[in-house]
Amino acid sequence: MEFLYFLARRLLWSILVLVGLSIIIFTIARVVPGDPARIALGPLATQEQVAALQAEMGLDQPIHSQYLGYVGGLLQGDLGQSLLTQRSVNEDIGDTFAATFELVVATVIVSMIIGVPAGVMAARNKDGWLDNSSRFIALLGVVTPAFFLAILLQILAGYVLQILPVTNRMPAGIDFQANITGLMVIDTMLHGRFDLTVEALRHLLLPTIALSAATIGQIMRITRSSMIDVSRQDYIEASRAFGIPARIRTFKYMLRPSFVPPLTILGLEFASLIGNAFVVEMVFGWPGMASYGVRTILQKDLNAVMGVVMVSGLFFVFVNLLIDVLVGYVDPRVRIRGTR
Amino acid sequence: MAVLNNGSAPASVEEAVPAATISNAYKNWYRFSRNPTAVIGAVIVLIVISCALFAPWIAPYPEQVDNFVDFRARHLPPSWEHWFGTDNVGRDVLTRVIYGYRISLLLVVVVLGLSIPFGVMLGLMAGYFGGWVEIVIMRLTDIALAIPPLVMALAITAVLSPNLMNAMIAISVLWWTWHTRLIYSITRTLKTQEFVEAAEILGASKFHILFRELLPNCVSAISVKATLDAGFVILIGASLSFLGLGVQPPTPDLGTMVATGADYLPDRWWQSVMPGMAILVAILGFNLLGDGLRDMFDVEDVR
Repeated sequence: MEFLYFLARRLLWSILVLVGLSIIIFTIARVVPGDPARIALGPLATQEQVAALQAEMGLDQPIHSQYLGYVGGLLQGDLGQSLLTQRSVNEDIGDTFAATFELVVATVIVSMIIGVPAGVMAARNKDGWLDNSSRFIALLGVVTPAFFLAILLQILAGYVLQILPVTNRMPAGIDFQANITGLMVIDTMLHGRFDLTVEALRHLLLPTIALSAATIGQIMRITRSSMIDVSRQDYIEASRAFGIPARIRTFKYMLRPSFVPPLTILGLEFASLIGNAFVVEMVFGWPGMASYGVRTILQKDLNAVMGVVMVSGLFFVFVNLLIDVLVGYVDPRVRIRGTR
Repeated sequence: MAVLNNGSAPASVEEAVPAATISNAYKNWYRFSRNPTAVIGAVIVLIVISCALFAPWIAPYPEQVDNFVDFRARHLPPSWEHWFGTDNVGRDVLTRVIYGYRISLLLVVVVLGLSIPFGVMLGLMAGYFGGWVEIVIMRLTDIALAIPPLVMALAITAVLSPNLMNAMIAISVLWWTWHTRLIYSITRTLKTQEFVEAAEILGASKFHILFRELLPNCVSAISVKATLDAGFVILIGASLSFLGLGVQPPTPDLGTMVATGADYLPDRWWQSVMPGMAILVAILGFNLLGDGLRDMFDVEDVR
C-alpha cells in the first residue's frame, strides 16, 4: 500500500515535470523567435504566403489556445509535420528512436556492469594502488569530451588497428531491417541471423564506449564512497564480530544498500548521457534520433526540434521514474519517507 | 551535512575575524599545497588563464588566428616551427588553440556571471523564506533540472541563430538550477543557527540576513561549485560548437577546430586531436582544482 502511494506520487510529479517541459519548449519555439511561419518559408516568401501558413499553423489564434492546441496534439502523440523530411515528426522519430535507444541501453548496461564492480574493488582496496588508478581512470572518463573520445576511438580502433567499424549500425550493402523491436542486436537474433548479431555488436561497441566513459567514472566513484560509508555502519561491524566471511559481508550486506547512490547518479547522469548521445551519434554516423535532431536544428525545422526535445525529456523523466521505483524497491526507507 | 565551513565565522563576532582569517588562510593554504593533484590543477588553470589573457604575446603566429590562408603551408605535421602542426588552410594550430582558450574562458565567465548570481539568489530566498516561495522556486528548479542541458541548448540555438552570444544564452538558461539546489540546501541548515536567530531578534532586515548573514557562509561552497562548473561549461560549449551550433568559423574555437579537423582523419590527426587535447586538459585542470578546493574548504556535498 505504501509502495503504491509512493508510486502514485512519483507518477504525479513526473506528469507535472512534463507539463512544465511542454510550456518551456512551447515558449522557446513559438514566442522567442518571432514568426515560425516566416522562418519556415524563408526570407523570400511573400506576405500573403506567410499569412496563409500562419493561419494553417494556427498562429493567428491567441497564445494560450495555441498552447492548448499544441498540448492536445502531444497527448494524441502528434508532433506535427517536419519541414526537412516532409513527413510527420512522429514517423521520423519513430524510425530513429530505436537506434538511440539501443545505444543508450547498451551504455547503461556497460556502465553498471563495469562501474559497480570496479567501485566495489576500489573500496575494498581503499587508498591502495587499485583505488588510486581507478580514481585516475574515472577522472579521465569524466573530463574527456564525448566527441573527442569518439574521435580518438575511431582513430585507434578503426584506422590504426582496423579491428572495428567506425560508422553506422550495419556494414554497407547489408539490407537488414530491424523491424521487430527496432534493436539490431535483438532483431538479428530473433531472425536467427547470428552472423549479423556479431556485426551489430561490433558496430555498437565504439559508440557505447564513447558514451559510457563519463557515466562509468561517476558510478565507479559513487559506488566506492557508498561502499565505504556502509562499511562503517554498526551492522557491518556486528557481522564482522560474528565471523561472517568477508565475501558474504561485501556482496550480501554491503552491496545492496550501496546500490542506491549509483542508481540515483545514473538517473542524474542520464541527462548528460542523452546530451552526449547527440555528439556521439554525429561522430559515428549512428542513424538515431539525436542525429536527426542535429540535422533538423541546422535546418531550423522547429516542429522536428520541439519533437526531439520533448521525446528526450520524456525519455529522461521516464528513466528517472523507473529509477525511483527501483530505488524504492531496493531501499524500503525511501518509499516510506518518500525522499531519497 | 558538512556544508558549513567552521572557519568562516558569522559576521557578528567582528573583532575575532582578522586573526581567525589569517590563521585560516594559512591552514587552508597548507592543506591545499600538500595536495599534489590540487596543485597540478591550479597550475593548469593558471596556464589556461594566461593563454587567454596574453594570447597575442604567447601565440607564435598571432597573425594566423582567423582570416589567414597559406596553401603552401597546409597540413604540415607537428614540427619545431609548428608544435601542433598546421590546419587545412595553413594556419598554425597552436596559435589557434591559444586563442581558442580565450573564447572558452569568455564563455565560462559570461555563463557563470549570469547564472551564479541568479541561482544563488533564488536558492537563498527558497531556503530562508520557505513556504510558497520555497515551493514555487524549488518546483521550477526541479522541472528545469529534468531537461538535458545540452538538448535544451541545442533547441535554443536552433531557434536563435548559432553564434557565440546565443550559445552563452542557451547554456545560461538552465545553468542556474544547480546553484539554486546547492544554496537552498545550505541555507536551510543555516537558518536555524543561532547567528541568524540573533540577527532576527536584533531586528535585522531580510536583506541584511540574506546577503550579510547567509551569503558569506555560502561563499566557499559557491567557489568550489564555480570551479567545477567552469570545466563543464567549457565541455558543453565545445560540444555545441562541435555540432556547428556554437561559435562559427573563422573565430578560433576549440570545438569547431575538432569538428573541422575530423574531416582529415586519420592521416592529418593533429588538426583535431590537438584542440581536443586542449579541451581535455582545461577541463581536467578545473576539475582537479575544484576537488582540491573542496577538500580545502571541507565542503563535501558540492558536486
